[in-house]
Amino acid sequence: MERLRFATVGSVDDGKSTLIGRLLYDSKSIFEDQLEHIEAVSKRRGDDYVDLSLLTDGLRAEREQGITIDVAYRYFATPKRSFIIADCPGHIQYTRNMITGASNVDLAIVLIDARTGVIEQTRRHSLLVSLLGVPHLVICVNKMDLVDYDQTVFDRIREEFEEFASRLDLQDVTFLPISALAGDNVVTRSSSMPWFEGSTLLHHLESVYTASDDNRIDTRFPVQFVIRPQRSDFPDYRGFAGQVAGGVLRVGDDVMVLPSGLTSTITGIDSPLGPVEKAEPGDAVTLLLADDLSITRGDMICRPNNRPRVSQELEAMLCWMDDASPMQQNKIYSIKHTTNTARAKITEVLYRLNISTLHRETDVSQLQMNEIGRVTLHTTAPLMFDDYHQNRSTGCFIIVDESTGQTAGAGMLLSPRT
Amino acid sequence: MAAEFERPVLLFSGGKDSVVMLHLAVRAFAPARIPFPVMHIDTGHNFAEVIEFRDRCVADMDVQLIVGSVQASIDTGRITDVTGPRASRNPLQTVTLLDSIAEYKFDAVFGGARRDEERARAKERVYSHRDSFGQWDPKNQRPELWGIYNSRHRKGEHFRIFPISNWTELDIWSFIAEYNIDLPSIYYAHRRPVFRRDNMWMAVTPFLQPEANETVVEEMVRFRTVGDATCTAAIESVATTVEDIIAETSVARITERGATRADDRMSEAGMEDRKRTGYF
Ligand SMILES: Nc1nc2c(ncn2[C@@H]2O[C@H](COP(=O)(O)OP(=O)(O)OP(=O)(O)O)[C@@H](O)[C@H]2O)c(=O)[nH]1
Ligand SMILES: [Mg+2]
Repeated sequence: MERLRFATVGSVDDGKSTLIGRLLYDSKSIFEDQLEHIEAVSKRRGDDYVDLSLLTDGLRAEREQGITIDVAYRYFATPKRSFIIADCPGHIQYTRNMITGASNVDLAIVLIDARTGVIEQTRRHSLLVSLLGVPHLVICVNKMDLVDYDQTVFDRIREEFEEFASRLDLQDVTFLPISALAGDNVVTRSSSMPWFEGSTLLHHLESVYTASDDNRIDTRFPVQFVIRPQRSDFPDYRGFAGQVAGGVLRVGDDVMVLPSGLTSTITGIDSPLGPVEKAEPGDAVTLLLADDLSITRGDMICRPNNRPRVSQELEAMLCWMDDASPMQQNKIYSIKHTTNTARAKITEVLYRLNISTLHRETDVSQLQMNEIGRVTLHTTAPLMFDDYHQNRSTGCFIIVDESTGQTAGAGMLLSPRT
Repeated sequence: MAAEFERPVLLFSGGKDSVVMLHLAVRAFAPARIPFPVMHIDTGHNFAEVIEFRDRCVADMDVQLIVGSVQASIDTGRITDVTGPRASRNPLQTVTLLDSIAEYKFDAVFGGARRDEERARAKERVYSHRDSFGQWDPKNQRPELWGIYNSRHRKGEHFRIFPISNWTELDIWSFIAEYNIDLPSIYYAHRRPVFRRDNMWMAVTPFLQPEANETVVEEMVRFRTVGDATCTAAIESVATTVEDIIAETSVARITERGATRADDRMSEAGMEDRKRTGYF
């Protein structure tokens, strides 16, 4: 069955967790024991109604504070699709957990409180979703029950958002007026908003077209490990295991190995279910080659006439996530990119992005936690990469602080500015 | 994932999730052998069918098995056995697990936990960092983006790694069907003597006997999870094949743990608390 990954984002208290709860509840995807549990907790706390956000807010601290701290993952399926949900926190302090949840989704739902409209945190999350290259966006204007289901409120917020979003790189945006609490337009159509003619959220999630989101053209296979059985029954076996990061690999294809530049031909593809003829993006397979080349973890297998860039000089948008120390120019960090680990220095901050105005602020040499900037990097070894917009898997990296082990930064590689 | 660590180990209980993980590992490295051992933390109170399956499975798949024994931890005085009619050794496993990790200096411990099992697990990263006390800090997890995993750790710290975090119970069964995987017999419906406790069917075993007011009956049951026999319940079922179980799982109205695990009913944050101190 087709699978859709999506995340809920937006400012604190805009109703993300409640929406997930409502979606699961109305699609009959809540298990009886889970419902009994949240009913009991709501009752014990003296709530007037069952608090559906308790379905995802599973940590003690979250329940005490009534907010989401870290991403929760939930799963459900309808006859049309199966879904993986990442319910992200809205609070600015937990932005890095929001990025964690939104980094690899097909679709993001941005919630906006109908009473407040577009606020700073809405803009921050929309910007992050746009930088992360999430292909589909649904803007849910929530809590319509608190503004008398008024169409003018919805239209005004829609305009506000479109005004801001015109300066972002967003491809597919849909707007919905909903009430997560009452269930309007979540799974069933709202009778209180006859003026709205679009489909419900669930219907949209079931039908949004995602088949063209994978890059099936540029063949990329980062080698994870080399398989060399020390067994007498497989004396000459040498396979290269990994996950296809782009394009389609077929037996008989000519391939090139980077960084060495040596070429060979695919003689076999082993999958967990035995030999296969081809492998597609996301498949975990082992490649067998005609020639006995020296290949190690971190090498990239591609087609001779379609190669990634190979360089030690990189340019990227970098989100800083370390609360303990800001990003420092020329400090040595560890960088992880595909199956490669190297060391890297951030050589220059070209600009820092002002999250509210989207202005590019120059004359900056540091990035604090939650700040985003365009930077150049120098690495100890060449990386084989693509522009993030071309290929999310070969265009992303993380920065690790070598002294603390903390995942300090997340970067999206870009072509150098001309 | 194993390539980045010095001493990985895969937790293997003979339960369905760990069997699936072992199959994934074996197939990923085939035709080479998996380059790490598997480990079972044995409370000594497991179902005989599961232990028998565990031993047969590691022999068939030609992997090395390490058994961390809770009984041995009790005998050497590391922990005190629990007593009383409702005692369960399940929580005692944490000490044996952490001791075994320290003894073998494991730095990566692969586990078959799934996020759909429980609300604290739903929050855990795929690479879950543990400090030198084996503790999980749910309020301060490292960010984890795309499919890039940060494996950096200090000496004495380790990672719990959950490759099948995003699988559901139904995904597990579909995989078992597709790959034609063998499981302990008690996953399939069979007749056995059981008694009612806390609204669940508990199996009569050498480790768990009914109290005076609990009557033993023979029922057609199966297990949705297999764990310590003192806290794992059976469900009424007539599903004797994988296809039957897939059909049953697709329409299940109660979660796997909710239907079968007495240990999760203790408190609102039972699992979170156990995980914080180093449980699976
Ligand atoms: N009236 C009304 N209240 C709502 C609606 N949706 C959510 N709420 C309430 O808004 C409050 C916050 O809801 P949550 O779902 O916890 O918000 P959240 O966006 O998940 O918040 P964080 O995860 O902490 O960022 C709760 O008290 C909800 O009951 C709605 O449609 N109408
Ligand atoms: Mg929330």
